[in-house]
Amino acid sequence: MNVVNPAPGTASPAERTGTPLLAVRGLRIGYRTSDGTHIAVDGLDLTAAAGQITAVVGESGSGKSSTAHALIGLLPAGGSVLGGSVRLQGEELTGLGERAWREVRGRRVGLIPQDPGLSLDPVKPVGGQVAEVLRVHGLATRRDATARAVDLLAEAGLPDPAQRARQYPHELSGGMRQRVLIAIATAARPRLLVADEPTSALDVTVQRQILDHLQGVVTTTGTAMLLVTHDLAVVADRAQHVVVMSQARVVEAGPAEQVLTDPQHPYTRRLLADAPTITARAPRRDRTDNTEPPDAPHDSTSPEATGATAAPLLRVTGLTRAFPVRGAGLSRRRSRTAVDGVGFELDRGETLGLVGESGSGKSTTARLILGLERADSGAVLLDGADVTTVRGAARRALHRRIQFVYQNPYASLNPRFTVEELLTEPLRNHRIGAKEQWGATVRRLLADVALPAGTERRKAAELSGGQRQRVAIARALALGPELLVCDEPVSALDVTVQARILELLIDLQERHGLSYLFISHDLAVVAQVSDRIAVMRDGRIVESGPADELLRSPSHPYTKELLAAVPGDRRINSATEDTSWS
Amino acid sequence: MTNPTKTPVAPGPAREPGPAQDQDGRQPAREPARIRRTLGAPLRSPGVTLSVLVLLLVLGWAVVPEWFTGRSPLTGTPGERFRPPGTEHLFGTDQLGRDIYARVVHGASLSLRATVAALLIALVGGVVLGLVAGFFGRWADAAIMRIVEIMLSVPPVLLSLTIITALGFGTGQVAIAIGVTSVAAFARVMRAEVLRVRTAPYVEAAILCGTRWWRILPRYILPAAIGPVLALAALDFGLVVLAISSLSFLGYGEPPPAPEWGALVAEGRNYLATSWWLTTLPSLTVTVVVLAANRLSRVLEAEGRNR
Repeated sequence: MNVVNPAPGTASPAERTGTPLLAVRGLRIGYRTSDGTHIAVDGLDLTAAAGQITAVVGESGSGKSSTAHALIGLLPAGGSVLGGSVRLQGEELTGLGERAWREVRGRRVGLIPQDPGLSLDPVKPVGGQVAEVLRVHGLATRRDATARAVDLLAEAGLPDPAQRARQYPHELSGGMRQRVLIAIATAARPRLLVADEPTSALDVTVQRQILDHLQGVVTTTGTAMLLVTHDLAVVADRAQHVVVMSQARVVEAGPAEQVLTDPQHPYTRRLLADAPTITARAPRRDRTDNTEPPDAPHDSTSPEATGATAAPLLRVTGLTRAFPVRGAGLSRRRSRTAVDGVGFELDRGETLGLVGESGSGKSTTARLILGLERADSGAVLLDGADVTTVRGAARRALHRRIQFVYQNPYASLNPRFTVEELLTEPLRNHRIGAKEQWGATVRRLLADVALPAGTERRKAAELSGGQRQRVAIARALALGPELLVCDEPVSALDVTVQARILELLIDLQERHGLSYLFISHDLAVVAQVSDRIAVMRDGRIVESGPADELLRSPSHPYTKELLAAVPGDRRINSATEDTSWS
Repeated sequence: MTNPTKTPVAPGPAREPGPAQDQDGRQPAREPARIRRTLGAPLRSPGVTLSVLVLLLVLGWAVVPEWFTGRSPLTGTPGERFRPPGTEHLFGTDQLGRDIYARVVHGASLSLRATVAALLIALVGGVVLGLVAGFFGRWADAAIMRIVEIMLSVPPVLLSLTIITALGFGTGQVAIAIGVTSVAAFARVMRAEVLRVRTAPYVEAAILCGTRWWRILPRYILPAAIGPVLALAALDFGLVVLAISSLSFLGYGEPPPAPEWGALVAEGRNYLATSWWLTTLPSLTVTVVVLAANRLSRVLEAEGRNR
């Protein structure tokens, strides 16, 4: 346990005694809508102690972000605190006027916002944005603010701070921007830091560095931190206290150790069980290998399946694609190689996980395989037939065998269509079955993805994220494909929904003998579904191999780095050797 | 062959940043509430209410003129020449003793029909050209957009006059001239919207489902892209009324006895010094209609953007 609670002695001891730094009692937050008041937070109790991290965990819509915004007096339009009390160092914050809030914000409570891409002023150098905080709170004069800002940026771990201070946000990477935001939040040395999903927009390796830094700030300065997150694994690694929220209420709260190892509330249990981890592999692993795919109900489309020899279903060799980059010079046309000599094989009934961080070229690889992009060189072979450059009718035929599931189910379904229209679209286009049978086929597809009857009459906009992704999967299955390319199919979904969709994908694979190319940035998700894993970086596959082997003994340093950065290992593996950060 | 694939996106005159995508899954407002908000809030403003009433009145003039005046617009009473506005003749009478109010009321039908016809021509032409240019890209885009740019570079009045001169005089010809002149602006706005919608994942998903272009265009692209173009049409309504009146003022519309609004103003010019009402009242009518149309279209546009 002490391994996880790092050095409590470093926090100033005076803060540890007496009342907690932040005490929230019975907080109620409501939003006025056209049909009455919607209660976002209902009776929240919460304390945050100096030098500790208190995590607020919950799914989207559970009220955790509203809580964070209320603590800094920045509820969005229509939102208001309806009751309860928020006491910071014994002083009541609810009911403060705007002028009084200005003294509190930044000076006593700092906010680290979610999206570093949107939270900085794009037309101001970042150093000036840090200096502004100091000047607003009268902590520095105009002259020394600039120098102090550079110090703060250095403190936030930004390399080469003097030069970075003169740069604009678009010149910095996501992780650097988040460090700038941390410098802004900590500039006035607030006693409480509210971090609203501080790393969910970042890659895992960057996420780890940022969290390490935040944890260091908390332990060395004795600041209290309220960490709002949907990611239980992050909580497991970092927090001392956990508050679990569901549907506007706190369902469980207590020391992190206790909540995570001995959850009492069924919702917490479900959340814990559904969180993907590398160690907890899915149950399908023990099934025998893919010698004979189960009889597929989508009969006519896979005549080759019977004569399947040793040849892999999909073979990709030397795939390369470069995109022109609009550089500074007009004359010089540079290009960036998004996919650089990628090659792999995928057998029938097998799942290949393609892992990589943003910009590694994994999505472009998927689009090249589907014929949505033109490859510069290399080949995509489906059953030995070259499909790299198919157009027109041949490409339509290809899409009967390879289908695609998009990352964002909110964008990939036409909002104007009903589910029935969405699902009949592929049937109509490829003239599958008679018109009279389409209704039955749609209902069969919906049953396949475990959606209730009657869903076909609803519009996509009326469905939840998980339901939409099920519809998207059903649409992909309508053509009876052999290979499903899933590009981050669950990364836009909540943890519990994510687990259900992964189960569905595994179930469908077993029933229909599908092959998956499963693309994700999340090694833990990939670990759950994949037979083999390929790791991509900068357009290349740096390592690939059977999933168990690759996860157990990675050989490439980048794979090791990725594995080490996956949050949640520490506590769940009962803390092995991870005491190095501080 | 040139390489037109990377033609920079030329922002149309009324190009707005695309409506924010509903990324975070917030449920859209319920239907009755939305309708109430769309219609209720603007109607609370007296200016908008007045605009609606004015347009309804003019629409009434155009559809059933005999409900609004019992007098004939074409035959006058010789003994009642140049009567000033009063209770008997609301807008006064002209040099032939014709009731000007009756002429304005009956002229509404001519003017409005021409306006609607011109807008329809502009809308249909612009939407079709914009769809083709935006969706197919490459040489179709290059060809269409170069023609559109040429049309935009010629002063609109000159272009209209050229077309009328070729077609001959008359309200219908005026409508065609104005409509064709406006096609270019509509095509640019439509193309910009199509370019935005075309990259939406659901359009690509439709292609992956094997949907062919002739189905994608009307079922996927058109409904999602037409909003700003309709807003532009509403904004243009007042301008088109004005343009048609201007051309008939210049004498390119129906020949004299027809009570077209612009022609009424033109006829009255000869008596401006002695009988001000001959020009002033028909002009005011046009002005009020244009103002009302603009006010209303601004509100509709703002509402559409907020939605």
